[in-house]
Amino acid sequence: MVEWISQPWPWYVAGPLISLVMFLLLYFGKRFGVSSNLKTMCTMVGAGKISGFFRFNWKDDVWNLLFVLGGLIGGYIAKEYLSLSETVEISEATIAQLQSLGIENPGASFLPESIFTWEALATPKYALMLVFGGILVGFGTRYAGGCTSGHAISGLSNLQLPSLIAVVGFFIGGLIMTHLILPYLLVL
Amino acid sequence: MKAIKYLFTGILFGIVLTKSEVISWYRIYEMFNFQSFHMFGIIGSAVVLGVLITQGIKGFGLKSIKGNPIVIPPKEKAFWRYLIGGTCFGLGWAMTGACPGPMFILVGSGATIFLLVIVSAMFGTFLYGVLRKYLPH
Repeated sequence: MVEWISQPWPWYVAGPLISLVMFLLLYFGKRFGVSSNLKTMCTMVGAGKISGFFRFNWKDDVWNLLFVLGGLIGGYIAKEYLSLSETVEISEATIAQLQSLGIENPGASFLPESIFTWEALATPKYALMLVFGGILVGFGTRYAGGCTSGHAISGLSNLQLPSLIAVVGFFIGGLIMTHLILPYLLVL
Repeated sequence: MKAIKYLFTGILFGIVLTKSEVISWYRIYEMFNFQSFHMFGIIGSAVVLGVLITQGIKGFGLKSIKGNPIVIPPKEKAFWRYLIGGTCFGLGWAMTGACPGPMFILVGSGATIFLLVIVSAMFGTFLYGVLRKYLPH
């Protein structure tokens, strides 16, 4: 059992467990949507003084902050106690493509080490990926009214056309970035 | 302490997304290159089962833990906000390899640089709050 858990989990285990998470939150009388926490956190640090969009009682959303805090703890538990290896079994084609873009040892750990460390901030292109990428996620998710959890999982599960439009948008943006921007940005 | 159930649900979420490598930048890059079924299998199976769950809740009139009917509010009818907002989100998702849930999970898994990504995402959310009256919805 422990050995099985320590292996990477296949899609047909992870997908249904994500639906279970959505079900639990619905059963608790809430909803599955992570990005609202970004708005709540803006409110907590005083964004309401500048924009009415952030004037709401953030204490109503403490449950969701606890949920992401749990996510953070879950990430720690999985990494420290439930994993034998760091490698990510990405396809050979992906590995070859990333090597051609100058990424070293693709898949050897969860993240390209050249990009996702504090030291990477000294390299302008990587700093741009971290900061501007984060801004795009935060801006886009609130503009679209939800992220992967709120639209792709919750919204599509509820057969919402708006969520389908949002998911199409996610892919338009993701494909533009992956095929038209990253190949040039990474080799700068 | 009733709130602790949210913490535990979150822990389950964090473990699942870490163990299935959804929080890996490589998996997102691979997904947008259509070079593996993994991410599509995860999202697809979550949605298929999610549809059954959601329809089941409605069909059987399932009540929440507090005894109230479970109401899932529909998304507001609009077009441009979903398409343009979604596209901005996708650009950032492919760049950082992380949507909002994984950003927090990654911090827990030891990649503390994602604290910076979270603060940047908060700033992006703040920008939306300030600019929303000028944006097409």
